Amino acid sequence: MTTKELAGITVDVDAEGFLTDHKIWNLDLAAAIAQEEGIDPLTDRHVEVLNFMRKEFEENGTAPSIRKMNKLNVVPTKELYALFPGGPAKKAAKIAGLGKPQGCI
Amino acid sequence: MSEQPEPIKKVSLIVSKGSLVDVYPALVMGNGARMEGMEASIFFTFFGLGALIKKTQNSLKVATVGNPAMNMAMPMLKMPITMPFPTLLGAIPGVSNFATWMMKNEMENLDIPTIPEFLEMFTDAGGEVFACKLAMDMFKLTKDDLCDQVSSVLTVGEFYERSAGASIIFT
Repeated sequence: MTTKELAGITVDVDAEGFLTDHKIWNLDLAAAIAQEEGIDPLTDRHVEVLNFMRKEFEENGTAPSIRKMNKLNVVPTKELYALFPGGPAKKAAKIAGLGKPQGCI
Repeated sequence: MSEQPEPIKKVSLIVSKGSLVDVYPALVMGNGARMEGMEASIFFTFFGLGALIKKTQNSLKVATVGNPAMNMAMPMLKMPITMPFPTLLGAIPGVSNFATWMMKNEMENLDIPTIPEFLEMFTDAGGEVFACKLAMDMFKLTKDDLCDQVSSVLTVGEFYERSAGASIIFT
């Protein structure tokens, strides 16, 4: 485990930069991680998706799949790829302060 | 210090067989490539085309004959994985249908989409689906027989052109 300076505070992250404690997450941290991932600014639509992912994570202990978010009309797959270009599931989970997604789909 | 190997940027998958379990791996790998930010395309040829034909794509089957590894499916029936499944049993009418039904159930539980939905998910993710011209001619098919997710019918030469810079994976 390493530490990192993000949005003015020091946080614990894993080797790939994912927050190790999702409870410390806030919008400032999200914006800082998003910027590192090349997403700037973080829009309301991004935040809507992040909030849904965090809610799912708290309820089920795992981030929702792309398929689930499409099926529940949270965000269509096309839009998700547009919002988080270059690896949506991983990037969105990282910005949402969650661990690296474990699913293959 | 050793140099980091160059990450894969683009994959071209080829599907040439048409049983349910022949088609899924390419869809999982192709979709997974898009999820990692790689470019991805899947080229369907020969019996693999069955996954793209509107009239057949919903009824792909699990082959229960000639697969000496069928014992792998035994845990789905709450039986030991070492239990053999003789190929003659697989030839009994209905066995392939049953195995297909069982496999589809198992996949739904794992949040794996059906073939048509998977193709849609893959193209929504920016992946491209191609059909093989030669195989289309052989099976007397036209573009109208294929689902909307197919972006082009390609010759082998065109497939290689589009695969420039890609890792080509034959499944």
